[in-house]
Amino acid sequence: MTASALEIRALRKQFGGLPAVDGVDLRVPAGDRRLILGPNGAGKTTLFSLITGELKPSAGTIRLFGDDITGIAPYDCARRGLARTYQILTLFPRNTLRENVVLALLGLSPLRLDPLTPLARRRELAERALETLRLVGLERLADRPLAATAYGEKRRLEIALALAQQPRLLLLDEPLAGLSREERRDLQTLIESIPRSITIVLIEHDMDTALSLADSITVMQHGRVLVEGTRAAVVADPRVREVYLVG
Amino acid sequence: MTLGFFLIQGLNALALGGLLFLLSSGFSLIFGLMRIANLTHGAYFMLGAYVGLSVLRAGFGFGLAVLAGGAAMALLGGAVERGVLRRLGDRPLAQVLVTLGLSFIIADLCLMLWTGDPMPLPAPAALRGPLRLFGFAFPSYRVFVVAVALVVALALWLLLERTRLGAMVRAGVDDMEMARGLGIPVRRLFLIVFCLGSALAGMGGVLGGPILSVYPGLDGDMLPLALVVVILGGIGSLIGAFVGSFVTGAVYTFGQALLPELAYIILFLPMIVMLAIRPGGLFGRRVA
Amino acid sequence: MSRLALVGLGLLLALPLVIEAPYYTDTASQILIAAVFAASLNLLVGYGGLVSLGHAAYLGTAAYLTAYLSVTVGLGHGTAIVLALLATAAMAAAFGLLALRASGIGFLMITLALGQTLWGVAYRWVGVTGGDNGIVGVTRPAPFGLDLSAPKPFYACVLIGFLIAMAAIAAFVRSGLGASLMGSRDQPRRMRMLGHNVWLVQWISFVLAGFWAAVAGIGFVYYHAFVSPHVLALTNSAEVLLMVIAGGAGTLLGPLVGAALVVILKNVVSAYVVRWMMLLGLVFLAIVVFMPEGLAPGARALLGRLRARPTARE
Repeated sequence: MTASALEIRALRKQFGGLPAVDGVDLRVPAGDRRLILGPNGAGKTTLFSLITGELKPSAGTIRLFGDDITGIAPYDCARRGLARTYQILTLFPRNTLRENVVLALLGLSPLRLDPLTPLARRRELAERALETLRLVGLERLADRPLAATAYGEKRRLEIALALAQQPRLLLLDEPLAGLSREERRDLQTLIESIPRSITIVLIEHDMDTALSLADSITVMQHGRVLVEGTRAAVVADPRVREVYLVG
Repeated sequence: MTLGFFLIQGLNALALGGLLFLLSSGFSLIFGLMRIANLTHGAYFMLGAYVGLSVLRAGFGFGLAVLAGGAAMALLGGAVERGVLRRLGDRPLAQVLVTLGLSFIIADLCLMLWTGDPMPLPAPAALRGPLRLFGFAFPSYRVFVVAVALVVALALWLLLERTRLGAMVRAGVDDMEMARGLGIPVRRLFLIVFCLGSALAGMGGVLGGPILSVYPGLDGDMLPLALVVVILGGIGSLIGAFVGSFVTGAVYTFGQALLPELAYIILFLPMIVMLAIRPGGLFGRRVA
Repeated sequence: MSRLALVGLGLLLALPLVIEAPYYTDTASQILIAAVFAASLNLLVGYGGLVSLGHAAYLGTAAYLTAYLSVTVGLGHGTAIVLALLATAAMAAAFGLLALRASGIGFLMITLALGQTLWGVAYRWVGVTGGDNGIVGVTRPAPFGLDLSAPKPFYACVLIGFLIAMAAIAAFVRSGLGASLMGSRDQPRRMRMLGHNVWLVQWISFVLAGFWAAVAGIGFVYYHAFVSPHVLALTNSAEVLLMVIAGGAGTLLGPLVGAALVVILKNVVSAYVVRWMMLLGLVFLAIVVFMPEGLAPGARALLGRLRARPTARE
């Protein structure tokens, strides 16, 4: 059996006396589009932070394509093909869009610790950055400073930074937050266009878009997995209806 | 390395620890509650000492000198908090620049008013002789300083643990958002804690006079010690300030006695070890 | 930078080589040495978002080591300089390990404590540092037989050092490491997620900053021909921070501007016997009062940088 993209066993995270994540088992097959649903406080974002190493688990294991990544540093996870976007934008405010992507490309390049070679001379970085921007439809704005872009464009850039890493597993934390209906449709198209060589796990509140993107769904509540299954099965499950009545 | 050596140095260590506690407990509380690293704190210690010195020279008693030093610094601290720091709100760099700038201004004022000569601050006559215990002669004044420090520590502990004011301070140190939400009068609390911290530093300066004497640069010598204690003990923790002060006092005193020229480096070793092993300090909120 | 401005700057820098007033040439040397010092701190503060109040430690240590090795131990200038630079860089490496255990105010406090340690040591380790009296009688080196005791040749040497330092720092700013440092200043969490080892980036930058401060220290000790504990005092660390802030943190020429402002102000002030320390304090207060939104391009980010880390809830 091929290794799952992501395999989580008995994962727990305590904050003082409160278990934010309370014994989660999760298996995401390679190439899957998995949606994580749940009310606020269900532990979804904490789960992401545990996977990426930004938080250390209290117990349990996390495997990325078979490799144990439990508790290893975020930059190490990135090197193993893990990428993540954030619910609150974490872009570089003083740089152009292209420079933003270059920073993402640098993360996996030996140039990132080079104190002498001028970056500008490395044309291939600028080219690759432009290519990545093309993937998200922002190539026209490559040399625009971030401050001069619209919110919808920033959300696309947030994804571009993750794609620049050429990840195997991509965690998207509410990628559609704050977008208009039209922008959401555009972003949905973008996410759908991401090749299946990249497995996607997605946290989202916007039900329509999220449901159409997902192959399978995991519903969380109080730090635990409540229900898991295909889109149809989960939507029909009465426990989900009871707990999570958001339209 | 006789028993006598250890006892005498032990007492010196305790006395220094006591002074450090007076200095750093205020610093730690101010930082813990108000998130301000009060770089003026060493200057308050020094200015308090100079004020006490002048009170003594004017013919008044030692007790009054201590109170005067404390009161003067409470007033100054209050004026600074209300007049300047309060307006800065949540701007840490600005607070650093202001408290640093104030420390320079106060240091220069002291130089102007009291000249650059180091001045001994005489201990009260009653405490100048030795205290004879178990066949050893201990300098009474140092015993007195230790006693005062313990009394102050107890008083502070009672204040924090047994009074409403203390409960509010502890709540604020733990979680400021929650405290505000609960309706705690945060502004008044800040003022009180800042005045208290400054007063402790000022009194510490006077009490320290007979041991450290008073000189330009005293502020620069004391400030890093407060930082070391807080790094060791954690921010906002009274126990941390207590333990950190006495550990630092012990390390410095024994280091000084054994390796005088390098004692100053030894002073910072506990801090270095703590940073390497446990950046959060022993108790209280993390510095690192 | 526009071509015209560049030419103007070149002329300004060349001026002390031709004018006949030694006072001005000497002041120019002071300014350039201070500019390298400020540029080194700017690496940390402006580009890295790491505000240090202990940067004088590296200038002072290099100055002391050079003086000690050349005067007391009797080594040749070249050897003394190389050893001083290496030792100071090693010290920066060690101090960086400690200081970077924290961020924001914690970082500031640790750098302050470390700087004050050295100041205290300089006063007390009389056998090596000469205590309060410092080390006197430092002679200037004579590279290739050139006599540096006169202001103009010394300035020429300082100018060369300044240009080399600025070129290296400019290269750093434009390099991958420079970009990583600035990215880590703005979004450390994101940088980690992108594969950057933020700690390593900051630590390497810390060492480089210490190194260039050491270079300034060499210039400093040869300029003054003596060194005393005052070089390690908190006022010195505060002054160089002022230079960075006044000139514009996070810009290439800011340190030169700031250094010029502070050095000239200091010299003017001492001419009228006004109290420098008091003035320095007042200047800090004034900066806060009159420039409430921050002090220079990028100061806004600086203010965010210094926010003490929230309690572990993230």
